[in-house]
Amino acid sequence: MRKPGTVPVLEVEDLQTVFLTDAGAVRAVDGVSFTVGPGETLGIVGESGSGKSVTALSLMRLLEEPARIIGGSVRFQGRDVLAMSGEELRGWRGDRAAMVFQDPMTGLNPVIRILRQVTEHMVSHGRQTPAKAKLRAVDLLRRMGVAAPERAAASFPHQFSGGMRQRVMLAIGVANDPLLLIADEPTTALDVTIQAQILDLMRGLNQEFGTAIVLISHDLGVIGTVCRRVAVMYAGEIVEEAETAAVLTDPRHPYAWALVNAVPRLDSPAGTRLVSIEGGPPSALDPPPGCRFVARCPFRISRCGAEHPPLMEVAPGRRARCWVTMDGSPLPPPPVAAEAAFRTPAQEERPLLEGKDLVKHFPLGRIGLFGPVPVVHAVNGVDLRLRRGEALGIVGESGCGKSTLARLVTRLQAPTSGTLEFDGQDITNFSAAEMRPLRPRMGMVFQDPYASLNPRMTVGDALAEPLLAHGRARTRAEARGRVLDLMATVGLKPEWAQRFPHEFSGGQRQRVSIARSLALEPDLVVADEPVSALDVNVQAQVLNLMLDLRERLGLSYLFIAHDLAVVRAFCDRVAVMYLGRIVEEGPAHELFARPLHPYTVALTSAVPEPGRERVILAGEPPSTLSLPTGCAFRARCPIAQPVCAEVRPPLSDVGPGRRAACHFPGTFHA
Amino acid sequence: MPRYIATRLLSAVAMALLASLVVFLISALVPGDPVLAQMGDIAASNPRTVLEWRAKWGLDLPLWERYGIFLQGLAHGDLGISIATRRPVLDDIVQYAPATVELATIAFLLAIGVGIPLGIAAAVWRDTWVDSLARALSLLGVSAPTFWLAFIMLAIFYGWLGWAPGPGRMDPIAFPPEGPTGLFLLDSALAGDWEAWWDAAAHLVLPAVVLAAATIGLITRTTRAAMLDALGQDFVRVARAKGLRGRVVVLRHALPNALVPVVTLGGLAYANLLAGAVMTETVFSWPGLGRYTFRSAAALDFPAIMGITLVVSATYLMVNLLVDLSYAALDPRVRR
Repeated sequence: MRKPGTVPVLEVEDLQTVFLTDAGAVRAVDGVSFTVGPGETLGIVGESGSGKSVTALSLMRLLEEPARIIGGSVRFQGRDVLAMSGEELRGWRGDRAAMVFQDPMTGLNPVIRILRQVTEHMVSHGRQTPAKAKLRAVDLLRRMGVAAPERAAASFPHQFSGGMRQRVMLAIGVANDPLLLIADEPTTALDVTIQAQILDLMRGLNQEFGTAIVLISHDLGVIGTVCRRVAVMYAGEIVEEAETAAVLTDPRHPYAWALVNAVPRLDSPAGTRLVSIEGGPPSALDPPPGCRFVARCPFRISRCGAEHPPLMEVAPGRRARCWVTMDGSPLPPPPVAAEAAFRTPAQEERPLLEGKDLVKHFPLGRIGLFGPVPVVHAVNGVDLRLRRGEALGIVGESGCGKSTLARLVTRLQAPTSGTLEFDGQDITNFSAAEMRPLRPRMGMVFQDPYASLNPRMTVGDALAEPLLAHGRARTRAEARGRVLDLMATVGLKPEWAQRFPHEFSGGQRQRVSIARSLALEPDLVVADEPVSALDVNVQAQVLNLMLDLRERLGLSYLFIAHDLAVVRAFCDRVAVMYLGRIVEEGPAHELFARPLHPYTVALTSAVPEPGRERVILAGEPPSTLSLPTGCAFRARCPIAQPVCAEVRPPLSDVGPGRRAACHFPGTFHA
Repeated sequence: MPRYIATRLLSAVAMALLASLVVFLISALVPGDPVLAQMGDIAASNPRTVLEWRAKWGLDLPLWERYGIFLQGLAHGDLGISIATRRPVLDDIVQYAPATVELATIAFLLAIGVGIPLGIAAAVWRDTWVDSLARALSLLGVSAPTFWLAFIMLAIFYGWLGWAPGPGRMDPIAFPPEGPTGLFLLDSALAGDWEAWWDAAAHLVLPAVVLAAATIGLITRTTRAAMLDALGQDFVRVARAKGLRGRVVVLRHALPNALVPVVTLGGLAYANLLAGAVMTETVFSWPGLGRYTFRSAAALDFPAIMGITLVVSATYLMVNLLVDLSYAALDPRVRR
């Protein structure tokens, strides 16, 4: 820990921030204290609404109405930040302390050139002359891994991908060599391989320049790759503070325990039930008198409901806010994973869904009056077989064509070429009317449960709608029984049928979407990123529910996700997509244990789990406007050979049940 | 970009022609006879005279032929002869347009110059007295009827306080400045006649304020809303986190992102000011296109109405093109 005698960069003492609402003061941050020494790294983790982002904004005094700091102190190298005048605050912000925000797509001003956005605060803080600031900006961009930094500096933000923009944001953050960098979910909007690049960059900043880092994330894995220490927040309080590695292996607060065990890991067995805690955080308007986690805690004792636990030292260097572990005892390991019966679907049966050489191209607007028509090559020849009762996962980074594939197989869009069979029928060229009788047999679950539910319809009506539309019920009253069944199936209370979508939490809304997809008793459920908008605990609930339904109803799933561990936990078979093609396919457990394609190797190693050998993949996927010759992955491939540029490797058998599209499968290891 | 402009200009010409066709058909189909509107009761009671008149103005020809003649003239820059004034319509328009252009331009500058800063101030000091004042002013501007506002302003500032001159473009006994543009402010400045300039400027104040009132209200509201939106964006928070001054955050980071809707509205407003000054021009005896339009419409003066339609629609189309081009200047994402 800190060397004695050095002044800490940041000392937060009993910080209290409230939102002043008509109903009263919402205590978003309620007595948070921590210390960050020079060059130290601290992570803050918690679910949405836990107060972690408000804490970050409070540190920089960037809160907006109606949020207000009502107590405590924030000291930066001994200076009282909360007492600074407006002028002092401006001189300090962006100079000694910098902040990087979550969404790089909206964090850069779209109408100002990159160069000016990187240099303006160097000049305004008097650190550089305009001429020197320009040189330094280009140098910073180069160090952050921006390709062709001079040209990049002269460009506007919209010409860059999200990953590149986050590099620019980091360059802006460190432009004045700050002593402290606060990063609020800096990689949440990015793909895993890009996330790994950015996290690597942050580690480098800390090691090279000794910049102290406060990293805020909902993902303990992300924090584990950058931060030595972590503070776990729940309902506005820090409930545990310790070395990150210690929390990951031996959490001492039940909430931290639930966080750690709610996340599927790449090495957890297929069909693993995840630990999920029911309910939500208590009202921040009027928190309960005892422990704030008591209502959801599986380990609670009688003292927990009556007395509010303080943050106590439970082991050397670690503190937890829990009556159960105050004596230094660890929490028990999670219940042994009830392994789902692994079914081997009958081989001889004809597949439920079979796609051959599916292609989908989207022509864009013509360039100029007689110019060429650019074409987005979204899906470029995909073979797909889904057997009855099987769960096939499709993984890949954004833009790899996985969502387009989902819309093709459900015939929401027509393929440009190729053939598609559903239960033996060739539906490649079916019209909307011909598809209609098949629709009840295909359920869909989308990423954003709020956007896909009509806000003006009660949940009961939303669930009755497909029943009425497909003639399964003639009146609302007739549909009612089935609606209540459906709600019970997904664990919603029957009296909630009269509620509107906004009255539900994110996880409950996703349950409604799942119930709707099941309304017509489908054979196939296509789920496009069904859990990626949810907190880890809610994600665990929804995944558990989907696993249950799969066993109880014998559903087949096409499960699309970017999170490998989620796919690993849910699917029998996995296909990895890159630039509109499947590059590797195989049984989930084998594919992740022994990836054959170098891209799969990089993807699995980019998953932020502690102790994982990391392959940081350079660059980003090429443009879908013009496909590269040969292997699409070769530009980023660590083992590319001349042949890769000439011959496109076909997806061919590489062992029992495994296929890979690589000239040298299995030769690259992390 | 040049190709884009050429395409847009071509389509603008087509649109203007289409507008003239629509107006032609409507004015030909409405009940009412321009001949009867022109003639005295006695002359109108003689069917022969009426027929002769109709033949003289070509009103006896089939519709399509009349439109053909109009187009033919148009190709030679000839908008026909006004039935009411017996002068070429083009000459009439050239005579009346400058007064309106001058008034509308000053009103437009006033609306922009007051509306945008007021809107910015209202957004920056949201929910303070500044915001309340700006909102009250814009509500007043939007909802006060023009004729009422015009009379009130005249009564107070001319009749009671005597601070402003009366109606008209100049003092009745002064000589209007000679000049190439017909815009008195410009012509007198070019001639170095500052006495005339002051006279013209003083006469412009009241009608310009009256004409601009509604537009000031609209621009204030739009600017306020767009600025609130821009100030809530992530990049504004990033700018604050960089430790930039408030002025820089508002004017350099937020304002350029708020201008697109304001420019859209501004363009439309300018075209509206040019075409819609009828009420103001009437109350202030302003010899402009608004009054000419009103007189032509009352007299069912077809050629004049057609000519005005063409000019007005061409103005709208030009202003729209300028607005679209300005998007590219404001927002790099629109640039090709």
